[in-house]
Amino acid sequence: MEGNLSSFAMPAGDLSHVPFRVYTDAELYAREQERIFRGPTWNFLALECEIPKVGDYKTTYVGDAPVIVVRGDDGRINAMVNRCAHKGSLICYKRAGNVREFNCVYHNWTYDLSGKLTGVAFRRGVAGKGGLAADFDQESHGLERLRVDTYRGLVFGTFSDATPPFLDYIGSELSANIDRVFIKPLRVVGYHCQALPNNWKLYAENNRDSYHASLLHVFHNTFGVVRTSMGGGVKISQSGWHHLSFTQREPVADRDAGREKVRSLKEQYRLADPSMMEHKLELGDQVTNAIQTVFPSLVVQQILNALAVRQIQPKGVDRTELVWTILGFADDDAEMAELRLKVNNLVGPAGLISMEDGCVGGFVQRAAKADPTATVVMPMGGRGITGSEGSRVTEAAVRGFWKGWRECMGY
Amino acid sequence: MSLQPTDEATRLDGGALLRLRIEALYAEYAQTIDDDRLEDWPGFFAEDGKYRVTTRENHDSGLTLAMMYCDGRGMMRDRVSALRQANIYEPHVYCHLTSSVRLVDGASGVIRAQANFAVIRTMQEGDQSIFACGRTYDRIVETDGRLFFKERLVVLDSRQVDTLLVIPI
Repeated sequence: MEGNLSSFAMPAGDLSHVPFRVYTDAELYAREQERIFRGPTWNFLALECEIPKVGDYKTTYVGDAPVIVVRGDDGRINAMVNRCAHKGSLICYKRAGNVREFNCVYHNWTYDLSGKLTGVAFRRGVAGKGGLAADFDQESHGLERLRVDTYRGLVFGTFSDATPPFLDYIGSELSANIDRVFIKPLRVVGYHCQALPNNWKLYAENNRDSYHASLLHVFHNTFGVVRTSMGGGVKISQSGWHHLSFTQREPVADRDAGREKVRSLKEQYRLADPSMMEHKLELGDQVTNAIQTVFPSLVVQQILNALAVRQIQPKGVDRTELVWTILGFADDDAEMAELRLKVNNLVGPAGLISMEDGCVGGFVQRAAKADPTATVVMPMGGRGITGSEGSRVTEAAVRGFWKGWRECMGY
Repeated sequence: MSLQPTDEATRLDGGALLRLRIEALYAEYAQTIDDDRLEDWPGFFAEDGKYRVTTRENHDSGLTLAMMYCDGRGMMRDRVSALRQANIYEPHVYCHLTSSVRLVDGASGVIRAQANFAVIRTMQEGDQSIFACGRTYDRIVETDGRLFFKERLVVLDSRQVDTLLVIPI
């Protein structure tokens, strides 16, 4: 099988071309599991506020690996593969809960909250017959653990010893936006889960593609709510792997109003009830929209007062689950809570400015199958991975994603 | 003849006509959507009616998030103009199947009713699937002899939506 992959190559020294095969090849998908999701990357696992008490757990995935995230006896967060060290059954088959210890239902092997094996049923057999092999080493049969790092209430896990601490991983320029958004204790407003009919990378790219925003998602332009000429820009981490795209209110928006031609700028349309677009400035600045990615699988979102993290879960080469955790602050009053519910019409599977991302990846996926040797071209904003001030009409952050992908994958 | 929605009228033995009227409302509502007469959809609601689509995962945990939330007919009209003018999606149609209609309560002029539903989605290429199933929780009021949703809460059994949700359920 490795024979097939040995014929695969990425264009040398060029981040602006990618063969369609990357979206359709099952062997590349398997290699991504090993080199990216089990590689030197921080993967979003949970929010601290989801598991506040000792024994609170939730289950999630890192790539294909099912993972348990739990608040341990010492109050710290542990993460381990959700797979019994014995026969490999899922330990937790519920999405979330609270436990004193983990019991595998299959043969009742038990583990403590750090994943250490604490008990084996019929260890001494029955009536002196059967039981564990004499040389069985309980110490070395715990659950496989992930390293955990937390930042501003976000919990990340990594399989690799080579992953630098989270702050070094994303860099100070990009951690600044997490500081900016997660300024207070969080609360979960709810969850969405969206099944995307495409390879996970198409969604990871989509979030870094600030070029498409005003072209595919024409809700804002149609209803005259905002224009791409608002101030803002794109920041890209030193490594290229992560990015931030943001817009902010500036007087320049009025001066430039109408100067650019965007499809469906139909001035006759106005919202009958624009109350969901009301923006209460709560983060101490004028930023209206900030989309941040953390390679490989996290998106941090602030769109007006709609705060969320989106977790990309690959489910095979042509299917992805996108889990949205919609957030508010613990101290939201009733009025703010209502505004959050309203503004969340913009995002999620039915989001007025996000639903298109649910189908456009599928459009690429279907076409990609036709000729895996053909290539995607991403020339907007040059060929490099430098961020930009003012303009978001660039594919630099998408090229940065491919830099990360190539470095992890060895291409 | 229209029955006033009173406690008495909603009792199993006394609410037959009301039940028929509510079933007719559900059928009209579903076919209006299935026939793509979405401009008529907000008219099924009271002017200040609420419409929410959420999942059982959120609902059962007391989480208030909805994927669609319209507070009043204005927001519903905006949903329809957005899907006509702005949103991009592959053409598809719904077939609603509604069953197990249950009148829960009719106190203080508001009828509480529930029903199970399934929505079969057919894409333009012919791909057909059960897009959604779940339960509707309604509060219905009568104005000038017509029934309107004061509140319609659509709870999807699955936590997952395939691709996107653009047409209301």
